[in-house]
Amino acid sequence: MGNMISPEPLMRDDKTGNVLTNLSLGKVKLYFAPHLARFVLQAQSNELHRAAQALGVTIPDPLRATSHKDRHILWQGPYEWLVLDLPSNMTVIDTTIKNALSGHAYSLVDVSHRNQALLLTGQGVESLLSTGCMLDLSLKKFPVGMTTRTLFAKAEITLWRQDENTFHIEFWRSFAPYLIGLLQQGAASALPA
Amino acid sequence: MTQSFRIQGGMYIDRTKPVRFTFDGTTYEGFSGDTLASALLANGVHLMGRSFKYHRPRGVLGHGAEEPNALVDVIRGPGRTTPNLRATQVEIYDGLIAKSQNRFPSLKFDLGAINDLLSPLFGAGFYYKTFMASPFLWTHLFEPMIRRAAGLGQAPTQPDPDCYANQFAHCDVLIAGGGAAGLAAALSAGRSGAQVILVDEQAHFGGSLLSESRAEIDGQSTKRWLEQTLRALQAMPNVRLLSRTTVFGYFQQNFLGLVERLTDHLPQTREGEARERLWQVRANRVILATGAIERPLVFPGNDRPGIMLSSAARTYLNRQGVLVGKSVVLFTSDDAAYQTAIDLHHAGATIIAIADLRDNPDGAGVEQARQLGLPIFPSHVVVETFGRLRINAAALGRIGADGTVTPIRVENCDTLLMSGGFTPSVHLFSQSRGKLAYDPVRQIYIPGQSAQNESSIGAASGTFNLQESLNQGFTEGCRAAKAAGFEAAVPATSQVKGDVPSTAGFSGAVPRPNNGHFGKAFVDFQNDVLSSDIIAATREGFKSIEHVKRYTTTGMATDQGKTSNMNTLALAAQALGRQIPDVGLTTFRMPYTPVTFGSIAGHARGDLFDPIRKTVIHDWAEAQGAILENVALWKRAWYFPKHGESMHQAVRRECLTVRSKAGLFDASTLGKIEIVGPDASEFLNRLYTNSWNNLPAGRCRYGLMLNEQGFVMDDGVIGRLAQDRFHVTTTTGGAARVLAHMEDYLQTEFTDLNLWLTSTTEQWAVIAVQGPKARAIIEPLISEIDVSVTAMPHMSVREGLICGVPTRLFRVSFTGELGFEVNVPAGYGRMIWEALWQEAQKHGACAYGTETMHVLRAEKGFIIVGQDTDGTVTPYDLGMEWAIGKSKPDFVGKRSLSRPDLVNKERPQLIGLRTNDPAFIPDEGAQIVSEAEPKTGSSALGFVTSAYESATLGRSIALGLLSNGRAKMGELVYITRLNGKALPATIVDPIVYDKEGARLDG
Repeated sequence: MGNMISPEPLMRDDKTGNVLTNLSLGKVKLYFAPHLARFVLQAQSNELHRAAQALGVTIPDPLRATSHKDRHILWQGPYEWLVLDLPSNMTVIDTTIKNALSGHAYSLVDVSHRNQALLLTGQGVESLLSTGCMLDLSLKKFPVGMTTRTLFAKAEITLWRQDENTFHIEFWRSFAPYLIGLLQQGAASALPA
Repeated sequence: MTQSFRIQGGMYIDRTKPVRFTFDGTTYEGFSGDTLASALLANGVHLMGRSFKYHRPRGVLGHGAEEPNALVDVIRGPGRTTPNLRATQVEIYDGLIAKSQNRFPSLKFDLGAINDLLSPLFGAGFYYKTFMASPFLWTHLFEPMIRRAAGLGQAPTQPDPDCYANQFAHCDVLIAGGGAAGLAAALSAGRSGAQVILVDEQAHFGGSLLSESRAEIDGQSTKRWLEQTLRALQAMPNVRLLSRTTVFGYFQQNFLGLVERLTDHLPQTREGEARERLWQVRANRVILATGAIERPLVFPGNDRPGIMLSSAARTYLNRQGVLVGKSVVLFTSDDAAYQTAIDLHHAGATIIAIADLRDNPDGAGVEQARQLGLPIFPSHVVVETFGRLRINAAALGRIGADGTVTPIRVENCDTLLMSGGFTPSVHLFSQSRGKLAYDPVRQIYIPGQSAQNESSIGAASGTFNLQESLNQGFTEGCRAAKAAGFEAAVPATSQVKGDVPSTAGFSGAVPRPNNGHFGKAFVDFQNDVLSSDIIAATREGFKSIEHVKRYTTTGMATDQGKTSNMNTLALAAQALGRQIPDVGLTTFRMPYTPVTFGSIAGHARGDLFDPIRKTVIHDWAEAQGAILENVALWKRAWYFPKHGESMHQAVRRECLTVRSKAGLFDASTLGKIEIVGPDASEFLNRLYTNSWNNLPAGRCRYGLMLNEQGFVMDDGVIGRLAQDRFHVTTTTGGAARVLAHMEDYLQTEFTDLNLWLTSTTEQWAVIAVQGPKARAIIEPLISEIDVSVTAMPHMSVREGLICGVPTRLFRVSFTGELGFEVNVPAGYGRMIWEALWQEAQKHGACAYGTETMHVLRAEKGFIIVGQDTDGTVTPYDLGMEWAIGKSKPDFVGKRSLSRPDLVNKERPQLIGLRTNDPAFIPDEGAQIVSEAEPKTGSSALGFVTSAYESATLGRSIALGLLSNGRAKMGELVYITRLNGKALPATIVDPIVYDKEGARLDG
């Protein structure tokens, strides 16, 4: 997928310069996703559609993500989307939506620093995630491009399948050690891939 | 003595792999493929346990999960002791160490056996009657005594060093039970392409086929058929075979709990290898093929070692090549048991007698036994048995035409086998909330109406015939796959020859001489419940089986009545003169067999028990030596001791430094919610007591949130960033609750309003800078904001930059001093904190923790929700009428505030307490009373909610809730102590420092 966020070992965050060692969980590799511009956009359908048009991204169906280049819209609910893009596009997104929805009721809130993301990639990623996530992650039931809010053990996450063996997981930043710890434990005892 | 009862045959042991193990300190030898029970039997050991109440010697009764007697501890090293394991299910390995339970000092000589002699005292209800008589004796004698004696195995005392895996899974068809029916179902469902999970609790699939030496399927031995079937299933990638796995729970919507035992059968495990895996499976269709358990017969002395179920003896013989005894009496009411006699006869045992309860036994088994010349006695019963640590004789009696029993003779024997027919294992079906149906002919319960997408097949459904079980399996597997959306065709069924199915059965107490209930005829072996106990319970007036169960404890403990259930029902029905279905049925509870705590806990232990949330400033605080405390899921810096300071010294220094200079405080954990939309202020009007319409952009207000009952549930400062945008803060612990509360009202009550909520708790790192030097500290770093007194008054908010990073700067104070709260995007938090710390040090400021924050706010009389409130406190109680927008038409909780009880002037009110002794710091929670030594039974006037040493005032301070407290200013009260008399204090205003607020501007 050309518009996928590249799974390279990246920084913990953009200022401290702390690099997280990328972990290998059996055949699955775990990376911190790069820092992203993130907005929660909430409005009625008409406004959401207008915003998608202005952003140049296809309107996502329920439980689906759509992308254009590095810009992604993750459907979170009937009136709520999560918009992701490169940090350098922060202002562009902000002004594009403001202009498109000027005079309309909507809510646009910057959550770039609230969330962090992990990328899990490799064969066996489904059963690794199934050590903590109760959803059916088989390709048939959770196809590429599907996204949903769910739980991993006791942490709320947004799960997004980028390709057959790659998942992008969004979560609130303080949950990172918990999630990584559980994934390591899960990998140590997961079913053979 | 080495395996003197091991004979030729044994289809599922590997004689090339001898295994040495230890039981109660003695080393024995067995083979790979043995269970602890079969290996001990091979060595002639029947005595494996002592009974719970009477400490009677007990041998192994069954061969699987139903075993009530042979419970053992298996010891695998420190922290790895597992109690209450059934010897019939423990696979042996080299070096296994097992111990018997519930005996002292040894299994052969157990002092507790005195209870057996005293048994006339210990009938059902003995405990209730004796122990309820005197509360004093209960507390001081009986309870301590029972606690010592209670339980069978001993729980390990050290932390469990093993790790446990967890797996969620989904499938089209889950099949519980891998016997003939389950395997057939898996074959036909698997061929359709459906995702199938086949589960069996044993090491090998096959169920009763593993004991079947003579029947043939499709012209080949059951062993060959099993091998072929398993190879076929293993070749299907869509079929998952889980052996050593127990389906222990059947929950709502076809959600099932399974435990897979991964390493307990292995002598060595790899470091970090999971011991067990908990499977949480959601299945489209469930097929229950859980088999059936043979019923014991209830007759006097039916519990001696050497007395066992007929099917168990056959299993040990055919599966493991173990002869359970050399001279055997069989007591039966069913045709199937004859096969055991025939197999034992061929294996060289002497069949002394076959006592059959039926007056005219017939069937394939009976016919074969007759041809072999085995001694069959129709209308015969066993009336008593003899032998202490092993049966050595059985007395037989004849049932006359009128039903009376006449003892006829005593036969010497070393083994007595019994069969009362088979009881379908309907535990999972019953857990699924399916309705059981009573089969009056065979006196058993079978699955009736299903409550979920489930079906039962094979012996679990009362089909004891192998041919029919296979047919059912093939058909149901196919039907389930179709129901899950797959194309499936019923395959040609396999042809069975030589099967001798169970055809009849018996429940209740077998006829006895004089029609009495003398002698110990056990119904429930594990709980030592006698047939006479059941009769006694009905005599005491217990008519429902649920009451009989609780009065006699039958069906309780680890085996959950697997062998006793039907006999209990029949006995109770008989005694009450009713039909079995009319006495009711006890609930089948999960787990089917005991489940380890480890597998349920999984990875949720230690640091991963709950998420441990840390702020971006946490690492800095830890490096500075901060002592941490837990607040909700967060770790927060409690205080920052320097140079070996005690907590007391550190907090004292921090308090004085903040009041005289300034302090930095990490407030990042405060909950934050961004409310945006044209109706945002109206929403706040309805959710908070305060009025928000007239709050201009750039200003803040303290908000108080009530629940519907009118009680304070949260508070926090709310800043208006724009006409349609608010930055709401909540308490640290209340963040999730407040957001849920708001969403609830927004989505259900206030659908007329146009606004949206976004949690921003973790978007912002929050650094509180408090103290007279606060402005001087932040000013050099701030740009695009005028922070002067006039431009930025108390309770205002501005957006600008700090060190070039965007900030929402609040001018607020929770200390009473000049104060700011710097909000920056979390990723910059650590950097900004360090920049502020540089500036702070120039002014002699300190970093302070939550304890100092608590003291400083208490000096100002500021409440903490959850500390000074407990969910039953109103704004009036707190003296916070000022926070209520009187002109507002409504807000959540408003109506409740005018309820008579909430305006009662005797309600507790927030007050300050000035102790007469300035060094006396009351305990939080201490009672406030009217005299130093209040009379026993008198009520408290209130209680202390907060108490600290105030370094600023040089004395203790305290807040409390006191009945009608505000009217009692200046009065003397007493505060209780844990040790010593209550001490006096004067009721004062809660605000004890800078009441006029002069210090807010620095």
